[in-house]
Amino acid sequence: MADLTLLEAIRQALDEEMARDDSILLIGNDVGPRGGVFQATHGLRRKYGPERVIDAPLAEAGMVGVGIGAALYGQRPVVEIQFADFIHPAFNQIVNEAARMHYRSNGAWNVPLVIRAPYGGGIGGGLYYSQSVEAFFARVPGLKVVLPSNPYDAKGLLKAAIRDPNPVLFLEPKQGYRSLQGKVPKDDYTVPIGKAKITRLGERVSLLAYGMMHALALEAAESLAEEGISVEVIDLRTLYPVDQETILASVKKTNRALILYEDNLTGGYGAEIAALIAEHGFASLDAPVRRLAAPDVPAMPYSAALEDAFMPDIEIVKETLRELVAY
Amino acid sequence: MPLNKTTLLDMYWHMLLARRLDERAWQLHKDGEINYHISGIGHEALQVAAAFAIRRGEGGYASDWVAPYYRDLALMLALGYPPQDYLLGLFARAADPSSGGRQMPNHWSFKPANVISVSPVAASQIPHAVGIALAIKNKREDKIVLATSGEGATSQGEWYEAVNWAAVKRLPVVFLVENNQYALSTPQEGQMAVARAADKANGLGLPGVSVDGNDLNAVYDAVSSAAERARKGRGPSLVEAVTYRITPHSSDDDDRAYRGKQEVEAQKKRDPLLHTRIFLETEDVLTSAKQTEFETKARELIEAAVEFARSAPDPDPETLTASLYAEEGADG
Repeated sequence: MADLTLLEAIRQALDEEMARDDSILLIGNDVGPRGGVFQATHGLRRKYGPERVIDAPLAEAGMVGVGIGAALYGQRPVVEIQFADFIHPAFNQIVNEAARMHYRSNGAWNVPLVIRAPYGGGIGGGLYYSQSVEAFFARVPGLKVVLPSNPYDAKGLLKAAIRDPNPVLFLEPKQGYRSLQGKVPKDDYTVPIGKAKITRLGERVSLLAYGMMHALALEAAESLAEEGISVEVIDLRTLYPVDQETILASVKKTNRALILYEDNLTGGYGAEIAALIAEHGFASLDAPVRRLAAPDVPAMPYSAALEDAFMPDIEIVKETLRELVAY
Repeated sequence: MPLNKTTLLDMYWHMLLARRLDERAWQLHKDGEINYHISGIGHEALQVAAAFAIRRGEGGYASDWVAPYYRDLALMLALGYPPQDYLLGLFARAADPSSGGRQMPNHWSFKPANVISVSPVAASQIPHAVGIALAIKNKREDKIVLATSGEGATSQGEWYEAVNWAAVKRLPVVFLVENNQYALSTPQEGQMAVARAADKANGLGLPGVSVDGNDLNAVYDAVSSAAERARKGRGPSLVEAVTYRITPHSSDDDDRAYRGKQEVEAQKKRDPLLHTRIFLETEDVLTSAKQTEFETKARELIEAAVEFARSAPDPDPETLTASLYAEEGADG
């Protein structure tokens, strides 16, 4: 087992899968000789050639649409959207086309397509290189939305996504491309889509997070342990379809829940989890379900001072957890 | 290469069948038996010509691929889509092979003829055609893709993105623009500043030709040349076939709000079915006996299909959530 960064784990997954299955194509802007703006596809063009590592014209809807067509023909394309902020032009292709193809053809056609997109802030990306887009997609029947928080899961989930016969939106916390590190086996393995993971056992409150916020959640939980507050941390990993069982079992045990996410508060992914807990776990609750997210302003201003003000920080996470436990 | 008599008669048969089916659908809607109809009347010649200009699995060749749109009834019939399947779609029955009653009528999917499933969002299917062509080129297979749309769809960003991509990568696609001069109520001059949709090809770096869409031979020749060019690896082409939408946009449209009766009546004189019939009679290809035989055969086929679809079961409500996701092991 080697220590890899999140980015290296993603690249390794792409490389191993491309070696395993020659129907896998990479499509995106600057994914060829440039290796992707974050270097996720570094070296793959030289290894697999221009027919399999394809620099696309600058058109996101076209990229996803062409990916869908290739998938209908039996290829397994992985489309890279350079920044999640640029996925919006492709909304029609993802939601109306990829996600509905199997249902609308009554099972005749399926779309084995992965759409990778770096998301999230904290990198000085301003309004158009920082967005979290999961809430727009994590409610679309026919689509799966996956969001890893660490290198091990990233490799295993990306392999699972590539092998999945359905369209999968794979969102990568770009702030952690280099800072998130961990042991990654050289062996072939997958991490199942649709399963959350309890990453820290606790008793008093369930803290649910994903992606970059998961690292913050763990940090807050460790810090509160010193104050004698036992926090259970759950990494959701797959946002859609969501692992209800793991979430509800944890809340049944702790009787309290906080959902932490980096997106805007209103209509964000945490709203669905809060509703889920209220609907199916109400009897076990000793406190209101809380959401902790970014304010309802466009994500996120360029100025470092404003960006810091936008992102949830550890102090507010800890304070909210204390309030919940004291409720 | 001029079309031989047998082929011409076969083409005319598919045009006639499409027209009679389409008319029957209007009647079924008028009678309250179906909820919606979107018509292809006026498009028959160009669609049948395009279908015959590509490979449809004949002569030992693998079938080409097709990304159609909702006006393509005659195209679908010429690709082997059975009238009975069309009726099952009109009635939204469980056995509708396009979608099991999930999609509105004319939203085709016909895997046996490599026709992909389509939505009504204009030009959404055009990037799919390009993706299929990309895979075909990668695999060095002897196939091409026919992608059809109306002229309105050529205003869409996705249309430009896809056509540009095909031109840049020299992919084997024929983009057939079925210009019926109206996108619902918007006439062509409200849609584009160029005189012909084919002119758009100039700006994108691929050949574009505009032909009379009511002239079976002209469309056949244009699509055949474009298909041959694509097959030889010389890249995509745009073929515009100009016709006229004789009917309202759909059963929910009232075209009196935006065009005069005189205009429609004048255009009916250019009706492709009539035009083709006169041509075939002049060439001694079509006799009145043959015409009667075709009419009878079409009527019998259609009425049998109506009877079948009328009494076919609706989808089971239990299947509402079925086939949302493909299972592991599904082929792509």
